[in-house]
Amino acid sequence: MTALLAVENLRKSFGGVHAVSGVSFVVNEGEILGLIGPNGAGKSTLFNLINGVMAPDEGRVIFRGIDITGEAAYRVARAGLARTHQIVQPLAGMDVLENCTVGACFGSENLSIGRARDVARETAVLVGLEDRLTMSAAQLTIAGKKRLELARALSARPKLLLLDEVLAGLNPTEVEHMIGIIRAIRERGVTILIIEHLMQAIMSLSDRIVVLNIGQKLAEGTPAEVANDPAVIEAYLGDPALAEELHGSP
Amino acid sequence: MRHGAAQGEGRYAGLFRRPSFWIIALVIAAFVIAPLIGNDVEMRESLVLAAIYIILASNVNLMLGYAGYVNFGSIVFFGLGGYVCVYLMSAQGWPLAAAALAAGVAVSLLALVFGLGILRLRGAYFALATIGVNEAVQAVVANFNPWGGSAGLYLSPRLFLPLGGAMQALWVIYFLLVAVMGLSLYLSYVIKSSKFGLGLLAIGQNEDAAAVLGVPTPLFKALAYSASAFLPAIAGGLYFFKSAFIQPTDAFDLTLSTEAIVIVMLGGQGTITGPALGAYLYEELRGWLLTSETFSHFQLVVSGALLLVIVLFAPGGLMGWLYGRWPRLRKVLE
Repeated sequence: MTALLAVENLRKSFGGVHAVSGVSFVVNEGEILGLIGPNGAGKSTLFNLINGVMAPDEGRVIFRGIDITGEAAYRVARAGLARTHQIVQPLAGMDVLENCTVGACFGSENLSIGRARDVARETAVLVGLEDRLTMSAAQLTIAGKKRLELARALSARPKLLLLDEVLAGLNPTEVEHMIGIIRAIRERGVTILIIEHLMQAIMSLSDRIVVLNIGQKLAEGTPAEVANDPAVIEAYLGDPALAEELHGSP
Repeated sequence: MRHGAAQGEGRYAGLFRRPSFWIIALVIAAFVIAPLIGNDVEMRESLVLAAIYIILASNVNLMLGYAGYVNFGSIVFFGLGGYVCVYLMSAQGWPLAAAALAAGVAVSLLALVFGLGILRLRGAYFALATIGVNEAVQAVVANFNPWGGSAGLYLSPRLFLPLGGAMQALWVIYFLLVAVMGLSLYLSYVIKSSKFGLGLLAIGQNEDAAAVLGVPTPLFKALAYSASAFLPAIAGGLYFFKSAFIQPTDAFDLTLSTEAIVIVMLGGQGTITGPALGAYLYEELRGWLLTSETFSHFQLVVSGALLLVIVLFAPGGLMGWLYGRWPRLRKVLE
């Protein structure tokens, strides 16, 4: 396996707060890498540093062998890296199809608007939004908006997809459905880096897991290795129930 | 945005099937035919103002309605265009067509440079910067001697001779302004149905999300700003040639660019036909207010109040209200 994304010694501070302090890891082509950690561990900041929403203070981001550190978000998107947002960011005044068409038009393949609309329709079907194509994004339920985030990112035909808590706020049936969709995306050859709080879900989805705590990498390994790592269990002890859940899963 | 399958089969075949195209054509035909009936000069003069309102409003709409950026100082394009055109004709002896076109190109390029700078600002700060640009340009022009400084520039009446004398020249300028108006509406349509337009609309909805989706936001915003300068600059050239006189206080009058915003909001921001509809309604209202005994001094107060009411209660304007009542209209009137 070759590295699709390499993050090297990334640092980012906000005032005196070290949100990310010296994190390195690699995402291999074709894998699902889980990123977990308690609230405030720096997971979303790490995503922002990777896809160019913010520039890191230090460190490098290498995507497909090219240094994309500090590149503008739209350039990173063009290079084939798409993401979803923890707090959904729909283009509220546009309908579902238009939202996805934006993703397809300006994504990795630089499609014409007509071709982009076809791709958009395809991905909307994949995430199960085919019956809401002409519905305004603002009118979707929270589950619908999460799917839209995913469909829009997928429409860009990315090589690497960053998923930021796509399962949060969904009911168990919706979670089940979304996990199925994520697996289907991976089957299509898309590499996935996923942040998730739902332990069972991320333990079963991920090939490998990186654990962050207060801006640093605490552990890395297979789900089983990570779940049995004493340091990880200790980090989660602030939340005994979560530590229990972590330990109980495969 | 909803073109159905027509888009893929070729832009022009699709165009003729679109109701918007025929609505634009009807508006232009009305502007051409109405004053010709009975050689109605008075009507022509009031339609000159209507055409300018539509030109300014539909170009402001490219920024306001598509990209979501309020340009309070759009009149700077009109005024600068007027100056470049009048100067090229009076001092350099250029013919009208060449001078007006050069004004459009020059002001557009200048807007591109300005745009790349001030479009780093967002929201209220951008809006303030656009007023600043207008005021700064006005101050520079008022002290620029080749352009007559604060006294302005006069055009010799003999410049009307190549157009067949003053009487005929006024008709020629009128039809040219109507053509620029038609092009403005057509530009709105072309941009809205293009990939560029889709990117702008995405920026207007949520700029950060648009950038994450790959829309090159700084470039697109600057291009939209520049595009929205081209036709108003040409219109300014034609208008001030018609007046045969230009001075800084007339050329850079913020009233007109504020009115353009009221018109866009009234008609419906982000729509193609909205600015034309808004211009018609606004001119009717303005005419009524100016002739009314009670309101004749309060025309701008009423405009301001109108803007406030629209922003608060009907941000989609008249088109938005129509879409709300009859959702299927969205496919007919874009």
